[in-house]
Amino acid sequence: MDLGEILTTSLTDTLGVSLPHFRVELALATTIVLVLLCRMLPVVRWLDSGLVALGGIAFALWYAWLDLRSLPGGPWPGAATGPAAVELFGGLLVFDSLTAFIRFLLCGFLVLYVVFTKVSGIPDREDGADFYTLVLGSSLGMCLMASANHLLMLFMAVEMASVPSYALAGLLKGRKASSEAALKYAVYGAGAAGIMLYGISLLAGVLGTCHLPSMAAELGRIVGEGADTGSIAVLALGGLMLAAGLAFKLSAVPFHFWCPDVFEGAAAEVGAFLSVASKAAAVALAVRVAFALGWLGDAAGATATGLADVRHFSAAVIGLMAAVTCTLGNLAAYGQTNMKRLLAYSTIAHAGYLLMGVAAAVAMLGVDPEGCRKAVTAVAFYLATYVFMNLAAFAIVAVLRNRLRSEEIASYAGLVQTNPGLVVATAAVLVSLIGLPPLAGFVSKFLVFSSLVDAITKGLERPLMLALLIVGGLNTVVSLFYYLRVLKVMTFDPPADGRVAAAAPVWLPGAYVTALVLPVVVLGVFWAGLYAVAQLAGTFAS
Amino acid sequence: MTPETLTQPALWPLSLIVFLPALVAAALSLPLIPRGREELIRWITLATTVVVFVLSLWMAWPSLFGAAGPAQFTVGEAGMQAVVKKPWIPAFGIDYLLGVDGFSMPLVVLTTFLSVLACAASWPITKHVKAYHVLFLLLETGMLGVFVSLDFFLFYVFWEVMLLPMYFLIGIWGGPRREYAAIKFFLYTLLGSVLMLIAVLMLYFTSDLRMLSPEQLTRAHAAIPAAAAAGQPVHTFNLLALAELGQLPNSPFAAARVWGLSVETWAFLLLLIGFVIKVPVVPVHTWLPDAHVEAPTPISMILAGVLLKLGGYGILRICYPICPGAGLALAWLVCGLGVVSMVYGAFAALAQKDFKRMVAYSSVSHMGYVMLGLGVWSAVAGSGFNPDYWAQGVNGAMFQMLAHGISSAGMFFMVGVLYDRVHHRNLEEFGGIFNRMPVYAGLAVAIFFAGLGLPGLCGFIGEVLVTLSSWNYSRVLAAVSAFTVILTAAYILWAIQRVYLGPEYKGPHGDHLTPMTGRELAIAAPLVFLAILFGVAPQLIFNYVTPTVNRQVQTLADWTRDVGTKSTPPVAGAAASGDLTFLGGETSAP
Repeated sequence: MDLGEILTTSLTDTLGVSLPHFRVELALATTIVLVLLCRMLPVVRWLDSGLVALGGIAFALWYAWLDLRSLPGGPWPGAATGPAAVELFGGLLVFDSLTAFIRFLLCGFLVLYVVFTKVSGIPDREDGADFYTLVLGSSLGMCLMASANHLLMLFMAVEMASVPSYALAGLLKGRKASSEAALKYAVYGAGAAGIMLYGISLLAGVLGTCHLPSMAAELGRIVGEGADTGSIAVLALGGLMLAAGLAFKLSAVPFHFWCPDVFEGAAAEVGAFLSVASKAAAVALAVRVAFALGWLGDAAGATATGLADVRHFSAAVIGLMAAVTCTLGNLAAYGQTNMKRLLAYSTIAHAGYLLMGVAAAVAMLGVDPEGCRKAVTAVAFYLATYVFMNLAAFAIVAVLRNRLRSEEIASYAGLVQTNPGLVVATAAVLVSLIGLPPLAGFVSKFLVFSSLVDAITKGLERPLMLALLIVGGLNTVVSLFYYLRVLKVMTFDPPADGRVAAAAPVWLPGAYVTALVLPVVVLGVFWAGLYAVAQLAGTFAS
Repeated sequence: MTPETLTQPALWPLSLIVFLPALVAAALSLPLIPRGREELIRWITLATTVVVFVLSLWMAWPSLFGAAGPAQFTVGEAGMQAVVKKPWIPAFGIDYLLGVDGFSMPLVVLTTFLSVLACAASWPITKHVKAYHVLFLLLETGMLGVFVSLDFFLFYVFWEVMLLPMYFLIGIWGGPRREYAAIKFFLYTLLGSVLMLIAVLMLYFTSDLRMLSPEQLTRAHAAIPAAAAAGQPVHTFNLLALAELGQLPNSPFAAARVWGLSVETWAFLLLLIGFVIKVPVVPVHTWLPDAHVEAPTPISMILAGVLLKLGGYGILRICYPICPGAGLALAWLVCGLGVVSMVYGAFAALAQKDFKRMVAYSSVSHMGYVMLGLGVWSAVAGSGFNPDYWAQGVNGAMFQMLAHGISSAGMFFMVGVLYDRVHHRNLEEFGGIFNRMPVYAGLAVAIFFAGLGLPGLCGFIGEVLVTLSSWNYSRVLAAVSAFTVILTAAYILWAIQRVYLGPEYKGPHGDHLTPMTGRELAIAAPLVFLAILFGVAPQLIFNYVTPTVNRQVQTLADWTRDVGTKSTPPVAGAAASGDLTFLGGETSAP
């Protein structure tokens, strides 16, 4: 093959295959440039950077929707136009139903999120361009996380998502807590990145490649042939270090320490972004890595016998992390007095529930395709409902902050007398986070638990799955305490002195919160539609 | 009218009974009614509960409204009636499946009836009137939904829907220790619910509709979807189909094992814990005295009158039909729990100084009879698989649930009437109420006698049937439950003596002891009337209950003969037979 041929092939590959599947990211990148241009060019300086960002994200959302539509097996009428899965840019990225679903979710979230920042008034006009650039840049990294197919790409994507977040955490420039949060986040992030990079180099050193499917083939061969203990130990260590990097993004225990501090120190708007978008991308990445390293597809899977051990290993790591994360998050949330800190621990706990779903999926991977698909669907569904639940929770915090100038739970006392509508919305959101019907959070939890039981009845990783089920159930009961405590303060307690004056109506924020709470209620009852879309994400496993 | 509505005539009536309160609650929560018009909210809520009551009566008692329509209940028919089925979540085979039979129909009417009375009893509530009534109506939807759902997922959703309104109703409008009582109630019930959810999922993933014959599928209102993949099991949440599966000779629930026990045993135990927390049974009863004492009077009425029945209903509808093997093996557990709560509740009631707390513990004691009646599995005790005694016990338990619904709601209301006037409930400080409020005292004593189980009043029938039926299962238990009647008489008579008799009232606020208002009379009189009516004409209830009870008991007795005693008991070792001898001694021929 001469140079010209290589050039032609890669050119056709890039222009014909890769770029058309990359247009969501391109749209986001273009938006970043436009936002920056608006600030620099005097002619268009009157343009609000938020509106420019919103326009660009709307384009990205439209493309993400088209990508989702093009996939085969969707719940909508009309034939699929595109392939089920395709590798982009020479295997650095992969486009499949998981990519499409998460990208759609992220873009949809971004639309809601930009509206949220406009409603709540942070950032102000001065900071707008910086803020949206950082948010969009981070989101671009998250889209890449959802589609990474190569460990180097994975690392770049994680860093691309993280570095703007560090700056975002320090957005409230005058506040000491905010700067401290940013510094803590950056230091932890750098440490986690270092560990992850070291793990990647270990894996790449033993396996000779960073391309995930090739790694899986090599891994299956090495483990199946019974390699020496040294190689296995290095592989296990590399896998654990990689997991540590992902756990940092997921704020999973024991890499969660940054999360409460950052959430408390940074503005509620930043917390919303980190807790929702970052989580969705990190979960998608965890699913992708665990699946890519654990299974080669039906044809090749039968030959790579060693992969069963790999799956067992990843299920154990993910499952253990899920159990610890969930329990610690819920227990630590119990003592919190600051609402944002409480939500940070709630986020950690929910990462645990999500990881339980991932563990169930990995346990059934390759052995029971149907159950595995359902588990991935459960995780995807959970993420989708989580967008509404958590964004609504942070929106309420922001609305109350603008009104009460406080984010302490105690300052919410007696709110029911002045803002009954807002209290009802808070009740819906928090009860949904507990996971009680008929709200969306219940369905998500139901789906995750049902995947665990599915694995148990099929006898796959039974002790682990049983333990996760028990831990998940107990945690649901424990979480009742701290979520209800907020509602208790809002409704049972008498209002603090001089607070009744804050009773002015909150039309715009109220309408926004309502728009977020409605899906939480509606999806709890009529969830067949969203489930069908989430099932599309589940098909990536087959 | 679409063809589907024609083939499902009960779709609208049954859905309206369940969802009308919730719809009105949603309408009330909109800012349509200006502040200061609390009276209007009260009347709208009362009208809603009355409409729902009339609707349920229209279903349950067709002859009262002229000719019977296809959507109405045929008295004397054992099977599931007025079945409504709409696909809800096809991906999981979840249906909007409703129906009523002899178990649920009387409980539905009891619920709608007590809701009317409790709503009328809510008139003295002046704090956050709108929120109170919205939550009250949501609670009614939850309770009714549980009784009519035949899909386990739907059942679970309704079961949980009750929790939050109840939490706020106790926590905002309750007594001094309301926050503690509310969170305790919520915590206990949620723990039970989570265990129940695990059991639901276990049963779902073990079930396989393909094991059922076409007749069984039709009987269970289940169908294998056309889109089902070949070779893949078809799971179901349909309670009737799960019951058919559980009673198969090759029941999938008995075959599948987890940690050495069958799925059936696990599910039975997990469900039983979830349900007995609601009943409640010693030792998980401790939420009840707190919740009852702190809750406002109307909510205590609903708690005692309806919520406790949900546990018994669940055991009857779900535990026994779906897990007969575990039910057979663990009959001693259910009966034992029943007798323990019976005795413990009675002794605890005897020791109380707080009037309302005494009534609360009487509920624990009375619900013990329900547990004993449900658990008496006499058919196995060498009686040649004669199910008569068991049927007697279950009939007694059903009757006891309904009778207790009336008497306990009445007792709580009577305590509330007194509390509204003198603002204390200390039994030591009462006395002489008969002289000050003769009408009230007369009605109250009648209701307390009904609770005591005086012959001729509704409390007697259930207790005597349960006690008689348990004789054949275990003489020790029968003797203990008969002995408990004396304890019951002791605490109730003693309370009557301390509160109503005596020369004069010496406690605080004596000048507030005004006669009963018309509204209070309108709530108390129907309860007393029904307590007497069901005491002298129990067949009014048995006409509804007995066909369904007898059919279920007969089915399970046949199952015991054909399957249960042939296969090894699901609980390891000789727990089933061994413990029976221990508890019951020798067994007698029928």
